[in-house]
Amino acid sequence: MAKTALQFRHNSRDVAVFVDGGANLLTTLRELVGDMTPKFGCGQGGCGACTVLIDGDAHLACLTLAETVAGRAVETLDGLKDGPNLHPLQRAFMEHFAAQCGYCTPGMLMAAKALLDRNPSPTRDEVVNAIAGNICRCTGYEPIIDAVLAAASGGMRGLHGPEHVPSPHMSPRTF
Amino acid sequence: MPVTVKTFGTSGEAAAALSSERDARYLGGGTLVMRALNEGDVSVSTIVRATDRALAQLDATGSRITIGAGVTFARVLAERSLGFLHPVAGSIGGPAVRNMGTIGGNLFAPAPFGDFAVALLALDASVAVQGAYGARDMPIEEFLSGRSRQADGLVLSASFQRPLSDDAFRYRKIARVRPKGAAVVTLAVHVPSSGGRAVGVRIALGAMASTPVRAKAAERTLEGHTLDAASIAAAVAAAADGTAPVDDALASAWYRREVVGVHLRRLLTGQA
Amino acid sequence: MLELRKDLFADERDDDLKEIGKGTQRQDMLGHVTGTSTYFNDHLLQGLLHLKVLRSPHAHARIRRVDTGEAERAPGVRRIIRGADVPRNLNTLLSLINFGKDDEPTLAVDKVRYKGEPIVAVVADSPREASEALAKVRVDYEPLSAVFDVEEALKPGAPVVNETYPKNTFTYHDIYDHQKLRFGDVERAFAGADHVLEQRYQMSPIEHAPTETNGAIAAPDTNGRYVVYTSTQALFFSLDTCAKILDVPSNTFHFIGGTVGGGFGGKVDTLTEPLAILGAMLTGRPVRYIFGREEEMQFGPPRGAERIYLKDGVMRDGRIVARQVRAYFDSGAYTRLSSYAVVKCVAHLPGPYTVPNVHGDVYCVFTNRTPATAMRGFGVTAMDFAIECQMDKLAHLVGMDPMEFRILNAYRDGDMKAHRREAKNTALIECVQVAAEKAKWPLREDYKRMSSRRDGGGDRAAVPPTARDGSVSSRLATQQRTPYDRAPQPAAGPEPPRPAPPPVTPPPAPQPAAHGAMRFSSVFGSRRR
Repeated sequence: MAKTALQFRHNSRDVAVFVDGGANLLTTLRELVGDMTPKFGCGQGGCGACTVLIDGDAHLACLTLAETVAGRAVETLDGLKDGPNLHPLQRAFMEHFAAQCGYCTPGMLMAAKALLDRNPSPTRDEVVNAIAGNICRCTGYEPIIDAVLAAASGGMRGLHGPEHVPSPHMSPRTF
Repeated sequence: MPVTVKTFGTSGEAAAALSSERDARYLGGGTLVMRALNEGDVSVSTIVRATDRALAQLDATGSRITIGAGVTFARVLAERSLGFLHPVAGSIGGPAVRNMGTIGGNLFAPAPFGDFAVALLALDASVAVQGAYGARDMPIEEFLSGRSRQADGLVLSASFQRPLSDDAFRYRKIARVRPKGAAVVTLAVHVPSSGGRAVGVRIALGAMASTPVRAKAAERTLEGHTLDAASIAAAVAAAADGTAPVDDALASAWYRREVVGVHLRRLLTGQA
Repeated sequence: MLELRKDLFADERDDDLKEIGKGTQRQDMLGHVTGTSTYFNDHLLQGLLHLKVLRSPHAHARIRRVDTGEAERAPGVRRIIRGADVPRNLNTLLSLINFGKDDEPTLAVDKVRYKGEPIVAVVADSPREASEALAKVRVDYEPLSAVFDVEEALKPGAPVVNETYPKNTFTYHDIYDHQKLRFGDVERAFAGADHVLEQRYQMSPIEHAPTETNGAIAAPDTNGRYVVYTSTQALFFSLDTCAKILDVPSNTFHFIGGTVGGGFGGKVDTLTEPLAILGAMLTGRPVRYIFGREEEMQFGPPRGAERIYLKDGVMRDGRIVARQVRAYFDSGAYTRLSSYAVVKCVAHLPGPYTVPNVHGDVYCVFTNRTPATAMRGFGVTAMDFAIECQMDKLAHLVGMDPMEFRILNAYRDGDMKAHRREAKNTALIECVQVAAEKAKWPLREDYKRMSSRRDGGGDRAAVPPTARDGSVSSRLATQQRTPYDRAPQPAAGPEPPRPAPPPVTPPPAPQPAAHGAMRFSSVFGSRRR
């Protein structure tokens, strides 16, 4: 089976792998890079459990053809904390009981990060829209929304990761 | 047979590859083709891609708007001059899907998906398709009715006249989950008026057939009339004529037929 | 916000609670927010193979022939598994507690009984190769007529869904086709009631839709055992089920689980582990079997549908004097846990109310639908929905406030429940009072003062004489003197006066019949605390 060489930036580290034809980014991250933080929930774009940031924008890893991320920056939950220090979103999720089974949490956090990177002071509606593609079946959405709002008011400004690339065509009003 | 990915620099080469290989599928944003692969659809054996930047072009400066097939919904939302299409793009998926899904792919999305195509149908768009023997423009209605045969060509763009007023184009998507959910029914209407009378009325419906369809009987009741209680009532009564909705997990065909007129009335009368 | 009303039960126990009522961080929260919690699928194993199953497109069909020849020769295929390869193909989940007969194959052999039933498993090097091989399996079906309705399934001449239970009902205690509850004499009570209301309730199946789909990875260990990573909610139950199906001692397996991506009852059926382990046994390699989303939604077991008929006799003053329940649980094609749901349901009748005459008949019925399973209070939830809808209708019928109506009929400490246990630590009255207070719902003073602790027992503690079936006058199932849907007869005044709370003594017990109390039976017998 022919394999394709693929290099990309994974949480500020360069990685190189060989992927099968048609491999998606989710399988590539989990099984070739060894980053288990993005989860498989549906393979259809319906649940958001595999949400990662590609060049700063939220994408679904399960629907991304792996080779399309060549040379691009992929951020996952694995890169969210700074050494031993949790990101404000992670702290807020802990404090607000924003996880129960924890399976949607990686996707929720990355969707929330995509929002706050661009819009550090979102309204409640903007938070709701930002996580609209992420399904939680246990906790309910209120604690998650509360956590994102708390992280925002807790000083998200200036916390953008080094690989954060502002996208010219996105305005805060979008979400 | 493993999946083969073929990436081309130009849309012409990609179109040639699509027409020469029977099981080839074009990969736009990935929300249709990758989904099929993930569900174990073994009919997809070749994926064709094009990196042609022309596919991602968006021209919304003049009265004639052209949107490249590779333009994402997020990009439409970021384009201030396309404000009348923001409710449409914003009704599709969550942010991640909008960052990935494209206008070209939406033309192929099966019911109950394909909300942007419903809007394009109401706008009387024309679709530029690159085939093996050159490109041609095709009315969107013709494109959609023969959609299953279009897969061996490559959609380049959709273009349409900008509505004369913001009020002339209206859109409404009925979903059970907000803010993200697939359609029970999607409605887009374009009602240009001339001297107080509706001229060139288009009413397009999503999730009311296997592809977006026009409610032509309802269009006829409004054509040449003012939008008053009587003409709207006639349009509402005819809203489901010629449609063929199906039962799915979101709604029964019966329910869709029952409610499409209700929502058409709300759309035409400007009710929330 | 959470508010603990310990004051209501201050004398129940010493208030020496150390944790309840205080915020405490979950021990798994740090893992969740850092993405390091390990789910079954978060293991990288060298040489992992992938298992997929061929599923029946028919709800009911005989399997004439299965041809796997072409699939076996397909690229990347390591092994095809058929029913004959499974050491003990037939199983029922609760056989581990000696409840029910083995009725469900791991892989269908002669017949398929629901759409989506697994027939053939393919183990291949990649998911893609497994899918391609599945497309090459040829199955010759003879479609059979199917039954999808619980009452249709009980009619003479209905298709036999599952030959283990030819009457399409689960068999209790080797002879009974349903679970019964008999307490007092409902017919006599209906005859003396001011109103009789009979209603039908129908619940739909509900899919759990956990975000993580069902799945398992099994791998040969270094010591001849197998390590099994699984999404199961019932680790040891699943381990023992696999030991039975694969006919090996249970210490053959080392099950690892516990961190589950949502379950809600949908991950107790041991759907993926037996085949994953068998695949590992037959290939000597780690094998993963995980449901896709469509598999999870279409073929993963749901909460079962229930059809419930409730018939109640109520007096003008609001006292319920009789409750008759006839219910049909749709188990789908196999038993799984619905037999137990029925037992739970019958144990719950007539709801948290003191009703002096209760009559229950609850059936576990087989149909050609997806087998049903556990889900949050299964067996009780739907019945409670029906009972509480009925309570609102009854309150309306007698012109009472629905909350006061519930307080009036609520069980109290010392009352005899329909299954012949004394009610203890009851609290429904207090719950309704607090709910009314929070909702600013007006209750009359005498209802505000009522208590679960007072006025129970006494006459209400008596076990009424209960006739055995057959010795009472034949019941008239269709009797319905007060159709709910008809407008109530207008009273003399514009507003019928609300009745004063009646004395809490129950109506006179029916006259003794020929026989004494009938014993309530359950899965585990009548055990005393």
